Amino acid sequence: MTTETSDEATPVESGAQDVLVGVKDLKKHFPIMKGVFRRQVGAVRAVDGVTFDVYRGETLGLVGESGSGKSTIGRAILQLEKATAGSITFEGQELTTLKSEEMRKLRPQMQMVFQNPHASLNPRMTVASIIGEPLKEHKVARGAERHERIDELLKMVGLDPSHANRYPHEFSGGQRQRIGVARAIALHPDFIVADEPIAALDVSIQAQVVNLLEKLQNDLNLTYLFISHDLSMVRHIADRIAVMYLGTFVELAGSDTIFDDPQHPYTQALQSAVPLPDPVVEASRERVILVGDIPSPSNPPPGCRFNTRCPVAQDICSVDVPVWRETDPDHWVACHFAKSKSG
Amino acid sequence: MSSNEPVLEVSGLKTHFDTHDGVVHAVNGVDFNLRAGEFLGVVGESGSGKSVTMMSILKLIPMPPGRIVAGTAMFEGHDLLKLDAKQLRHVRGGQIGFMFQDPMTSLNPVLPVGHQITEPILEHTDSSSKAAVAAATDLLDMVGIPDAAQRMKAYPHELSGGMRQRVMIAIALSCSPKVIIADEPTTALDVTIQAQIIEIIKDLREELGTAVIWITHDLGVVAGLADRVMVMYGGKIVEKAEVRDLYATPEHPYTQGLLQSLPRLDQKGQELVSIKGQPPSLFAEPADCSFAPRCPYTYDRCLTDLPALDQIGHEHMVSCWTDTNTGEPRYDH
Repeated sequence: MTTETSDEATPVESGAQDVLVGVKDLKKHFPIMKGVFRRQVGAVRAVDGVTFDVYRGETLGLVGESGSGKSTIGRAILQLEKATAGSITFEGQELTTLKSEEMRKLRPQMQMVFQNPHASLNPRMTVASIIGEPLKEHKVARGAERHERIDELLKMVGLDPSHANRYPHEFSGGQRQRIGVARAIALHPDFIVADEPIAALDVSIQAQVVNLLEKLQNDLNLTYLFISHDLSMVRHIADRIAVMYLGTFVELAGSDTIFDDPQHPYTQALQSAVPLPDPVVEASRERVILVGDIPSPSNPPPGCRFNTRCPVAQDICSVDVPVWRETDPDHWVACHFAKSKSG
Repeated sequence: MSSNEPVLEVSGLKTHFDTHDGVVHAVNGVDFNLRAGEFLGVVGESGSGKSVTMMSILKLIPMPPGRIVAGTAMFEGHDLLKLDAKQLRHVRGGQIGFMFQDPMTSLNPVLPVGHQITEPILEHTDSSSKAAVAAATDLLDMVGIPDAAQRMKAYPHELSGGMRQRVMIAIALSCSPKVIIADEPTTALDVTIQAQIIEIIKDLREELGTAVIWITHDLGVVAGLADRVMVMYGGKIVEKAEVRDLYATPEHPYTQGLLQSLPRLDQKGQELVSIKGQPPSLFAEPADCSFAPRCPYTYDRCLTDLPALDQIGHEHMVSCWTDTNTGEPRYDH
């Protein structure tokens, strides 16, 4: 690292990034109740100690298989789930201790796009009232001004403003997701959690919605937490990628680094499991096939949670929890045997 | 692995559904054949008719509202579409096996999985029940279920999604079928489990030589599996080719669009070119090219005439009025 003596700051260092959302030791456990007295007999450890920052203006991709806890993290950041432990900050302000009235004032700045545009739009409300609701609720625009804003939002997401009085069922899946995006950006948010926003859409429509999200990010200077099980799409859209397994992060690095130099065996296996739309490459591809299934998050294995399926596990892996450490600059891994690229 | 002899020949298949809003033209004249031992990928989006085509062949669509309006499906010298219920039962699960997307809805929740594998064996073969149980245990072992004898007694809810899909494979294989029709069998699974299932299918194909029709929306999944791929849109086949040709030199604008809108894990900084517009409405019988409203090459003929599926190369067929290599009309008027 070069040391500059001049007074001018050099904002290239990793520590100098502008942190919009900070998550520290986040845990979210859901109690398992049993019996007549609803005694708690255990807990589903959906998220079990996760630490990361989301930088202003970036897209952080969050990938993992079902049950890995990726959606719970998104919901916990937006305070839609109350964290069991840990800290979540937004522009430096602690969210977990906020009163609901104080949180309400922050809501316009942090929004969500949901997976299923069929379930997340009220079928009895017109598109205008769906998009206008946050404007009304937070008293930012009324009357003609609100209508103008609704028209503007519809144009921004590529929908015809003359369709404002239609109902959600009159739109296709891709168009409905555009309505969900319009609602999310209505209040000029800084941060959007997109939870599997394209998973329910057809392939030809997925690219439309992803291109829209990218355009809006540029135009409106948005920061995204993009949650998805689709590694290829996450690699396309994200600047950095976090890989989750059973409630914990196993690796976090720049999008290209994750694919060029995956250091965690789970990241490696996940990548090699993704089929490529190329018969020539597929024919000669070596695969790491993981054995078994993801264990239950209510009873995770001791030590490294991946040890029951890891192809390179040693004795220590079922005893000691691996430390979350920075093996290369901005490259974080939780594995006893992860090696820095520099050796 | 595949010979040229077809085991299944479908021609002129049309299936409609009567709904409150009108007739849905789900399948609009589909012709294809499946060769012995061949792996045929069928790619399309929701509403393209890929599942309805395959389900129609064995009358597995709900009738009514479904109606098979026209077509033949020749299998072992018989037209499947003309068989009566009893004859069809003999074919289904016997000579033609099935795998569906969601094993939770296709497995019986109140019967042990062992029972569900032995049932078709007893139904379609002369095996004694003892032999059937032994065969079923072997099958579970073959699809990679540990402690097969023990797991015979398990109920579907006691198994994970991946294990349930393995049971489905075992059931599909139970009567040594000539053909297996697999409808999005890995779509509901996580990617590491999908990789396990694909690996099993690959191994079993080499071992058994069964022909497979694999229906999917995922161009990635069939790239490594299929011998030939056909692409469906609006209830018709728009392109059909050997797998390498389809991905290297796609000719139909829809196939090209699909491949360009798909991000690749092994490429960085790739720009996604999306296909504009929405999938077609199926309420009218197609009289022109149903992709024309979304196509970058559309000219007057596309809006008036129905393109035929024509051969343009070795095993390569496409249904388009434009030669997409030159951007010029494919035929002279």
